[in-house]
Parts: sequence; structure tokens; C-alpha cells
Amino acid sequence: MVSTGQVLSPAEPEPTGSTSNDQSAPLLELRGVNKRFGAVQALRGVDLVVPGGQVTALAGDNGAGKSVLIKTIAGIHGADGGQVLWNGRAVHVRSPRDAAALGIETVYQDLALCDNLDIVQNMFLGRERTSSALLDEEAMETSARETLTSLSVTTVRSIRQPVASLSGGQRQAVAIAKSVLWNSKLVIMDEPTAALGVAQTAMVLDLVRRLADRGLAVMIVSHNMNDVFQVADRLAVLYLGRMVAAGPADQFDRQIVVDYMTTGESRRRRDDAGPVPPAGEVAR
Amino acid sequence: MTGVRPSVEQETVLDADGIEPATAAVVNPELVAHSLREYVGAWSARIRAGETGVLPVIVGLLLIAVIFQTLNPKFLTAGNLVNLLVQGAVYMLLAMSEVFALLLGEIDLSAGFVAGVAGIVAAELILAANGGWPWWAACLAALAICALIGVLQGTIITRIGLPSFVVTLAGLLGWQGVMLKILGNGGTLPINDRIINDLANGNLTPAAGWAIMVVVVAGFGLVTWMREARRRASGLVAPPVSLTALKVAAVAAAGAIVVLISNTDRGVLVPVRGVPWVILIVLAVLVMWTVLLGRTRFGRYVYAIGGNAEAARRAGVPLARIRTIAFALASLTAGVAGIIYASRLRSVSTNLDGGTLVLYAVAAAVIGGTSLFGGRGKPMHAVLGGVVIAAIDNGMGLQGFSAASKYIVTALVLLAAVTIDAVARRGRTTGR
Repeated sequence: MVSTGQVLSPAEPEPTGSTSNDQSAPLLELRGVNKRFGAVQALRGVDLVVPGGQVTALAGDNGAGKSVLIKTIAGIHGADGGQVLWNGRAVHVRSPRDAAALGIETVYQDLALCDNLDIVQNMFLGRERTSSALLDEEAMETSARETLTSLSVTTVRSIRQPVASLSGGQRQAVAIAKSVLWNSKLVIMDEPTAALGVAQTAMVLDLVRRLADRGLAVMIVSHNMNDVFQVADRLAVLYLGRMVAAGPADQFDRQIVVDYMTTGESRRRRDDAGPVPPAGEVAR
Repeated sequence: MTGVRPSVEQETVLDADGIEPATAAVVNPELVAHSLREYVGAWSARIRAGETGVLPVIVGLLLIAVIFQTLNPKFLTAGNLVNLLVQGAVYMLLAMSEVFALLLGEIDLSAGFVAGVAGIVAAELILAANGGWPWWAACLAALAICALIGVLQGTIITRIGLPSFVVTLAGLLGWQGVMLKILGNGGTLPINDRIINDLANGNLTPAAGWAIMVVVVAGFGLVTWMREARRRASGLVAPPVSLTALKVAAVAAAGAIVVLISNTDRGVLVPVRGVPWVILIVLAVLVMWTVLLGRTRFGRYVYAIGGNAEAARRAGVPLARIRTIAFALASLTAGVAGIIYASRLRSVSTNLDGGTLVLYAVAAAVIGGTSLFGGRGKPMHAVLGGVVIAAIDNGMGLQGFSAASKYIVTALVLLAAVTIDAVARRGRTTGR
């Protein structure tokens, strides 16, 4: 087995060295991913495991490389070096289209919804269903409703409501529901609760949990430790482009994460937990 | 998925953060109402929430009709009403052309002189000296040239990334130059083709008018009924049958009124009766663009780009291609308007004022309810706005007002329309 620097609890699937499509392989695995912008080394040998059915939170201070990392996974930036394994198979994600073909959907911070279109129209934007050249509104409305209902997101009046009339939390819910409509396997969310109030944050986190319970892999980027510990199964901390810690959430606490985020290391340990995850360099 | 609406017991997350009734009310009533009473309720709630739709322009038209009728009892005579529609046809078509640009959040200032180019090209091609093209070939060629002009302007706007205002302003000047160049020193080029002249001046026989009216209403009824039957079959909220019937009846009544008025003898010396061809042309363009914008992917993308271009881009919408096609369709529609304009005057002359025409067209689209900021509007709005502009023009003309007064009154109506819209929307919590 190749050591990836991850701390893995026994219950988790271990990343294997095999490149075949292996049952035990995590949905997404990054090995030694590098990304350089001119003189700036944005990502240095980043290893990361994102298993299905779990919420992986990506923490890190400003400039740590969180956005670059999710954009690399989403195909907006190509990786300069390292390997990306999808279900244990090496893949090259060069464009958002490649990512979408694999089943990777990204919910960006600015929600990218059209205010003048209704919920169904937004959810199907760019992938409308048609029958004999005309839009098949019935099929789209039915599917949209199914998806929203399965996520327990039900609008008060109608899913034909224009998005302009929704609250921030509702808009976030629509954006998330849009991302799961496409049989996606991994949903990446950039600061999904950044602009939301308390009740709406709880609603969105519930929704994130439900996605993972459906078997999807969810990756969220967040600054908010409350959110991270409320919803994440796994944590990964970036510090100046390096993955300094990664592992099940119960091996961390707030202070440990803050230590990693600000200094790249932590000498603390959780009283009730196993050994503190070591820094990522251990692998190299 | 069965037809059951989501049950009340189910966890309603969106309920949790307390949606206000005012914002919930802006749903198209057709999509939430189960009965006629509910429909009326939802409709009035929507209007109170600022989604006034075509209501202000309809009320405005009624007001205009009452005012001009009291001033001059000739206003509501059959002859004048038909005249008004024929005069308004060019505005309606140009305004429909403008809707494509406005929906994107852009503007097309060139439409007036692109129309002029279409008129002069068609007029030149049917001349014996130029090979005497048949009327339809000349018209098609003119429209094709207009579409190419649109592709050219659209390509410059989207690929080089210049503002549409500037590019089409250049178009306004440039195409005027081209039109004048083709006209040469003569100043006026008469059109002698009977069919081209009939496009704006000819009438159907009264019987043909009725027959076409019946076919159009039956077609509309069938499409509406089938669409709503499909919604009911898929278990979605569908408008009540009574409403469907009412809608079809309303269209039938409107059609019957137009045909009745048109079939009344409006001649002065010789009897003139029948539905003008041009009404059918406007209707055909209206139906085509309504289907294209409302029921196809292309149309959906036009609205999406007007609403949030970045969101559309991320959703994989090919922005440049959709924008270019929209500008091409705008110019094509302007070309139709230009041929009608030439047909109505039975000539093309240097008097064609494309600058004023295009500004009237933008005004008509906006009066009808199209947003200047993109993403909101329909071809129907352009037609209604065109009727308003034509009615003011015609009514004041009957009273003997000068062009100066007409401009001032049109300006006031435009301001009033935009103000009503802005004030109605102020009550909304979000959105512009």
C-alpha cells in the first residue's frame, strides 16, 4: 500500500495503490497534485481522499489554496503534476465538461442562478429536455419536483416561482438541487453558508447531510468551524498549498483545526480521540 | 412521481425560513390555480406583487380609445381602426425586432435603417433593369441580406466584445449610407409590383377573412387544450378547464371583432372591405417568435443570458452563438418591417427616417412591458406597444395636431409606462 499521508479510521475504505476499478477505492483520490501559477506554487503535492457517502470539509486560511484545489477538481484549472483517481482509475480532468461527464458538479459561492427564470428553468438550464424541438416542460417540472421532494426541499407555492422571489437559503437549496439533478457523484460547494442567516444555514447543512446520506460524495469549503464540525465526516486542512492534515472529523477539534490552518501543525490532541493526525509531510 | 402534491407532513425546508406571501405570489397563476376562482386570486396577487404583465398597456389602450373617441367620434369607426392597425404594423414589427436585443439586455439602434435596406433591396430587385426578380425572391433576398447584417453586427458585438449600443449606432449611420447609395440621386424608387404593394395595402376577401380567423382560433384552441391536457396527464398543476375555455373564447371573440370591423365597408368612393394582409403578417411573425422565445432552448437561453449571463455561461450555454443569432433575428424582423414600410408607401425614398423609427420601436417594446435591462418581455408586448404608439399617432392626427405635439405626447406615454412598471415593482422584495 502506498502511504498517502492520510490518517484513516479502520471503518473507511483505504486508498489502494491499484489503478484498476476497485470496489474499495474511494470515489476521488488526489495524489501529489501540484499547481503552479507563474512563480506561485499554489498546490504542493496535495493528497486527498474523498469517499462517497461522506461530507469532506476543506479548511484553510485565505490563500491556502482551497479555491485552486476545488477548481482543479472541477476542471477549471488543469493540474500540473500528480494523479487524480476516480473510482481508483486515473483520469484527466481538463475542462468543466470533463468534470461533469465524470459526475462532478460544483456549486459556486455566487450562486449562478438566473433571477428571471423559475426554479425548474434554472435547474435545467443548459440541459433542457425537449420533445420534437420544443421544450418538454412537463418532463422537466416532474423531474425537478422529484429531486426537490427527495431532498425534502418543497416550495411553499410552486416550483414555477421565479428565483428572484426566493430567500438566500432557498436559492442555495435550488443551486444544490440543481447540482444533484444530473446523477452527479461528487458535489463541491464553495462556502455554501457564507451569506446565510442562522435558520437558513441549518437548512443548507441539513441538505448537505442528506446528499451524503444518498451516497454522494460532498466536498465543502468553509471558513465556519461551526458548520464544519456540524456536517463534516472528514476534514482536510490546507496550509500554504500543502495538505497538512486530513482524516475523520472526530480526530479533530476546533483548536486543532485552527492550529493547522494558521501554523500548519498542531501539538494538541483531542482528549477523547485517538492520535492527532500528523502533518501531510509525513508521506514524503 | 404521482400527481399528488407534496404532502403537508413532509418536512418543508423552504417553509422554514418563512417565505412571505407577497413574494410567493409572483407565480404565474396558471401554474398554481386549480379553479377559476383560485386563478383570479393568484392573478390579482401577482399584480399586487408588481408583476403587472400586460394589464397597464391594456388599460392604457382603453384610456386612449375613450379620450380620442370623446375628442373625435371618427376614432372608433371601422375604417379608422383598420387604418390604425395597418399604420401600426411597422412599429409592431420593428418593436418585435427590438425585443430580441432588449431581452439580452442589449439594444439594436440599427433596426430602422436595416429595415430601409430591406425595402430598397426588394424594390431594386424587382426592377426589370435588375432582372425583374419575382416578388417572393426579391423579398427573400432582402430578408437574407438583413439576417447577414444581423450576423455581422452580432459577431462584432460578441466576438470582439464591443457594446451593442456603439456597434448598432454605427449600423444606424452606416446602413443609412448604404440605403442612400443604392437609392442614388433619384431620391425615390417607386414599386410597381402588385403583390409587394398589396402586402401592406391589400385585403383578403371577407369570406377568406372569416375562414382564416376560424382556422387560427381552432389552431390556438387545439394547441392550448392539448398542452393543458398533457400537464393534467403528467400530474402537474394545470389550469382549470373553465379557464382554458375562457381563454379560447376570448381569442375567438377578439378574432371575430377584428374580422367584423375589417369586413365593414370602409371605402369612401368605392367599397373597401376585408382583413388587411398585413394583419396576418404581423400575426404570423408574432406566433413564430412567441413559440421560438417561449418554447425552445434558444428562447430559454436568450432569457437566461438577459437574466444572468454568467450563470448561463456556467450552465454551458454558448453565449456568443445565442447572442449572434438573436441579433440576426432582430435584423431579419426589421427586414420584414422594412418591406411592409416600402409596400405601404409603394416606394422607397430618402425620406425614410430610420432613426425615429427605431426609437419608436424601442418605445413600443418598453410601453408594452419589455424590460430595458434584459430577461423580461415578450413579442406580444411589442405588438401591444406598437398599437399604443399607432393609436396616439392616429388619434392626434385626426385632431389635426402637429408632429411636434405627437412626439411630446408619445414621450409622456413612454415615461408613464416606465413609471407604472417601476412603481409596481417597488413593492417587490428582490429583483429589479
